[in-house]
Amino acid sequence: MTSLNCGRPTRSRLIRHYIALTLLLAMSSQHSLGSEPVRYGIGQHASQAEIAAWDIDVKPNGEGLPVAEGTAIQGQVLYADMCEQCHGVGGIDGSFGSLVGRLPEDIFPFGRDPTMEKTVGNYWPYATTLFDYIRRAMPFDAPGSLSNEDVYSLVAYVLQENDIIEAGTLLDQSNLPDIQMPARDRFVPDDRHGGNQIR
Amino acid sequence: MTEKNKPRTNRTGSRREFLAGITVASGSLMGSSLAQATTNTHAAPQDPTKIQGNGPSANGLRSEHEVLERLPALNIVSLTPLEQLHGTLTPADLHFERHHAGIPKIDPREHHLLLHGMVDQPLKFSVADLQRFPAVTRTCFIECSGNLNTRATEKATVQMLCGLTSQSEWTGVSLRTLLNEAGLKPGASWCLAEGSDAAVMTRSIPVEKLLDDAMVAYAQNGEPLRPAQGYPLRLLLPGWEGNTHIKWLRRLELSDSPFMTREETSKYTDPLKDDTARQFSVIMDARSVITSPSYPQQLEQGWHEIRGIAWSGRGRIRAVEISVDGGKTWAEATLQGPVLPKAHTRFGLPWRWDGNPAEIASRAIDETGYVQPTRRQLIDARGPGSALYHLNPIMHWLVERDGRVLYKAEPWA
Repeated sequence: MTSLNCGRPTRSRLIRHYIALTLLLAMSSQHSLGSEPVRYGIGQHASQAEIAAWDIDVKPNGEGLPVAEGTAIQGQVLYADMCEQCHGVGGIDGSFGSLVGRLPEDIFPFGRDPTMEKTVGNYWPYATTLFDYIRRAMPFDAPGSLSNEDVYSLVAYVLQENDIIEAGTLLDQSNLPDIQMPARDRFVPDDRHGGNQIR
Repeated sequence: MTEKNKPRTNRTGSRREFLAGITVASGSLMGSSLAQATTNTHAAPQDPTKIQGNGPSANGLRSEHEVLERLPALNIVSLTPLEQLHGTLTPADLHFERHHAGIPKIDPREHHLLLHGMVDQPLKFSVADLQRFPAVTRTCFIECSGNLNTRATEKATVQMLCGLTSQSEWTGVSLRTLLNEAGLKPGASWCLAEGSDAAVMTRSIPVEKLLDDAMVAYAQNGEPLRPAQGYPLRLLLPGWEGNTHIKWLRRLELSDSPFMTREETSKYTDPLKDDTARQFSVIMDARSVITSPSYPQQLEQGWHEIRGIAWSGRGRIRAVEISVDGGKTWAEATLQGPVLPKAHTRFGLPWRWDGNPAEIASRAIDETGYVQPTRRQLIDARGPGSALYHLNPIMHWLVERDGRVLYKAEPWA
């Protein structure tokens, strides 16, 4: 019984153990040269506000889309004012290529025909990409200057000109991710892994 | 072969042809420099041992006899003069450029890298913070995936043909270290990398690649990154296409699926002849290019070293073979060590030119067994519409009877 009693952790013994352990840790931290910590503790916690200020990406499922709306009617006015000079009247034959153009029965002959021009209507697989890109990078001479309403309106205009949405469609965060782009199923992930093959 | 640095005036005509012919989706020759380089008028003393030389200086300059310049084109790229370089490292000022909205001006004291999304602890790092972590250094190439001028004429230099590849020694912090610091949440499999240029450039990168060999680089060839290379921070993904190495890096967001950015959907995808488009084709296939002899050299009869560089995004170069009969027979070149993975590797083979016409070519074989294909093999495999990205065909140089060296230009069809 005595031995059992000796082994029982009394309060004072616990305190002594705690002090010993603390000392040991303190000593070992003086000798941390060369050891690798689990984490270095470098860098600051990023606040929600800091993240929100930069987090402008939009994913295909609509994650990241702001609450706002727009129509092609508004978009047409904005387009003529800010986009037409580079992207052409009605999105066709601009100095930076065409945004508008569908192929009969939505064929996808780009690998066979080098003369075929890629447009939003015949090549882009996701409508959300259009929102993300216009918002982050357009117009070229004033990138990032458009309101969310402007961006929805311009997306609506480009999609309407490509006959992907009906005239008058009110585009917002809930219906944009549902839009099926004609080339959606044409993209396949690269599955090459080297070795003696040419693909 | 004669001088490496033919007077630049000899090249101006070809430069114009190049600028007229380059195939880049967006048009207009905005701001391209067509000005002739100034002729070198430096006069050296007849005997340098009889006159005191200049003293030391704060910043070293190249010899006045050497003209090494990038070739800017279309206001969106500049190409490295590969045929004028030796060894495997590209001087930082000659590293190729491809910008989508120009070079942003960034104060490094104000710059931060945000790491958030599917992590336990979202973190914000200053440049100084990142430099406190253990540093990693590696030598690797960065190559733009649009690195073949398919409309070049026979008067094309290596720089004009494929100068969108360069190699540096990069230093930074491993992504493994940073992701460990923030703590990856289960299911985090993709990461958006975003730059702070006016394109706010974005690409989706698999976490697997980040944990393998990626780094956030802050130095290049021993000095802080050049502004054109992403100062103060860039993503480095050894072996991957240049567009994914996001420059001026400001944000990394972890997620469970790719973001499908404009670059990885509408641009850097490869249409194939079966009416599909290959996506996330990010690894650069093995390739080689002979840098000498090449246009505009003039060969003399006798011994020369056929030399060039070879590289593969999938690992080390195993061998380079050289042909002087247009690909009928091949001989193995000598590789200069060290042969590093995902790095430009220098090769060479002595050759005695007997004055007869010759057709010189090289092909690389990497450690996976991949053999650099011919132009015809690539077109047959992918279709003639594949003429934009990931073109790594065997390239041929024609040595004419009079010693002129010309590029064997063939259409991509």
